Amino acid sequence: MLPAMRLPMTGLIAVRNLLHDRMRLFVTLTGVVFSVVLIAVQSGLFVGFTTSTSCVIDNTDADVWVASKGVRNFDVTNPLKQAKYYQVLSVPGVALVKRFIVQFANWRKPAGGMESIEIVGFDAITGMGKPWNMTDGDSALLDIPDTVVFDRFYLGKLGVTGVGDHAEINDRRARIVGLTRDIRSFTTSPYVFASLRTALEYTKYKADEFTYLLVKAAPGVTPAELARAIKARVDAVDVFTSREFARATQWYWMFTTGAGMALVIAAALGLVVGGVVVAQTLYATTMDHLAEFGTLRAMGAGGPYIYKIILWQAVLSALAGYGLGISISFFVVHNAGRGGANIVLTASMAAGLFFLTLFMCTAAAMVSIHKVVRIDPAMVFKGA
Amino acid sequence: MIEASQAHPAAIEARAVTKIYRAGESRVAALDRIDLAVRAGEVVLLMGPSGSGKTTLLSVLGCILRPTSGEVYVEGRLASGLRERELARLRLSHIGFVFQSYNLFPTLRAAENVMVALDLKGVRGDAAARAARDALDMVGLSDKQNVLPEDLSGGQKQRLAIARALALGPRIVLADEPTAALDSVNGRLVISLMRDLAKSQGRAVIIVSHDNRILEFADRIVHIEDGKIAERGAALAGTPLSS
Repeated sequence: MLPAMRLPMTGLIAVRNLLHDRMRLFVTLTGVVFSVVLIAVQSGLFVGFTTSTSCVIDNTDADVWVASKGVRNFDVTNPLKQAKYYQVLSVPGVALVKRFIVQFANWRKPAGGMESIEIVGFDAITGMGKPWNMTDGDSALLDIPDTVVFDRFYLGKLGVTGVGDHAEINDRRARIVGLTRDIRSFTTSPYVFASLRTALEYTKYKADEFTYLLVKAAPGVTPAELARAIKARVDAVDVFTSREFARATQWYWMFTTGAGMALVIAAALGLVVGGVVVAQTLYATTMDHLAEFGTLRAMGAGGPYIYKIILWQAVLSALAGYGLGISISFFVVHNAGRGGANIVLTASMAAGLFFLTLFMCTAAAMVSIHKVVRIDPAMVFKGA
Repeated sequence: MIEASQAHPAAIEARAVTKIYRAGESRVAALDRIDLAVRAGEVVLLMGPSGSGKTTLLSVLGCILRPTSGEVYVEGRLASGLRERELARLRLSHIGFVFQSYNLFPTLRAAENVMVALDLKGVRGDAAARAARDALDMVGLSDKQNVLPEDLSGGQKQRLAIARALALGPRIVLADEPTAALDSVNGRLVISLMRDLAKSQGRAVIIVSHDNRILEFADRIVHIEDGKIAERGAALAGTPLSS
């Protein structure tokens, strides 16, 4: 008879109740959309930042990282001395050890002006720690002295136009031989890749100094076993598996600097604000239809029948709001990437956000259910 | 007390029903030892001044309100003492309600309003659509199936409310001021319809009303005053069920 009859009656009543007041529906959906977009963007920023803090570690083919004592993150630490290289090399289970430099430096733009950069010096022979996601040029050319590679995103910031351009790092000439994509630094200083030899020239390190030792385990030795073995035999160093060092760096930047907590709080605020808006509008809708719910109770409807109507309203609001919200979020993320923001919104994050939205709306519906539970069916008779 | 004969048991019966409302220290007896039995096919009109307790009595008979003392029997089953869920089931299977302000779902079309009642009893899909159509036919609204309540006249709304009440086939229909919002023509039409349905389908119909225009449609008139059945009403209410 009616097309909408395909829905269960509780769903049909919910749909009609929602559509009955378009302005209220608009407010409800605005609340859900606001919440979805805010949570998506803040979570995306959180994941994006977190990923970027450890991107060099995650993309370097080392099993174990050895650093000076007291290191807390990838970017800032003291240099190690050459003696540590030999000590580590002598540990059983070690297959390969390579020196690695990470050091802040100054980049002088061709047209004048300075920018801070972060030199990443790697062993050009093995390529352990070399740049990835190359889009222009060739990282193999880094074997040539005074050559560098960095992410194309920073071309403007560093005042150059592309491969072949020149600039100066700490007053020494630097030629760009390649560009990458999606290698973003969490700090404001771009990663600039160079060979170990070139990096030593750019930094103030002495010839026997370096920042990290990157270690490969011999076959049959796990990274954790190797890390334990190095710790036992080499003093005055910190030793991490790659995974541990990535986590330690992420934790440092996201939670000891307050940056991550600010994002988490903003995302939580989105959840709370969205939940409150949905709860308010669902409650107002419930109050509008209280007489009908009372009539249902009088006719013999059990509580669950009425709860279903309210939950349907919540779920339908969640579905519509989520659909709109996640579409806007993907649009924002896509365009924010062009503008430099590193926001990551994966399919699994979107799926998680879907369930979070459902949870938010059904939780908000509890306020209305709490009210309906207390309906006296005698309200249907005047004066009773 | 009303003697319900074994041969003609009452469809619904109140025995010594008392309802007391407490407000702080004071106690108000809305109903005071009311006895009333209504047989199948009988139309009983409850009348009385405002605050006399007639709506409270209707609520108690409808198993919506629990009496402070006394017993209510619905088709021979003792309702007093049942749990809320059992009372809801009893209402669903035995009692239809018609309200003064119709209490229709404003966002649902006429047929859907009837189908809500059917849905409560688990009648869905094509069966529900058929039953809703039949119920609307019965009250003369077969051409209004897809119309929203706001597009119906007062009389049509009340007929729709009756269709909804009758869709589940209750043996008892309780109506609260069903003609109060209607003009005399529509009021008579609605009451006449309720009487016809009571007589042709053997339903017990109890109507609370102030409307003197509908007196002629009642088999019995019960006057309530100060929570008690008044002299004249008592005599009528005391009419042997077998008579």
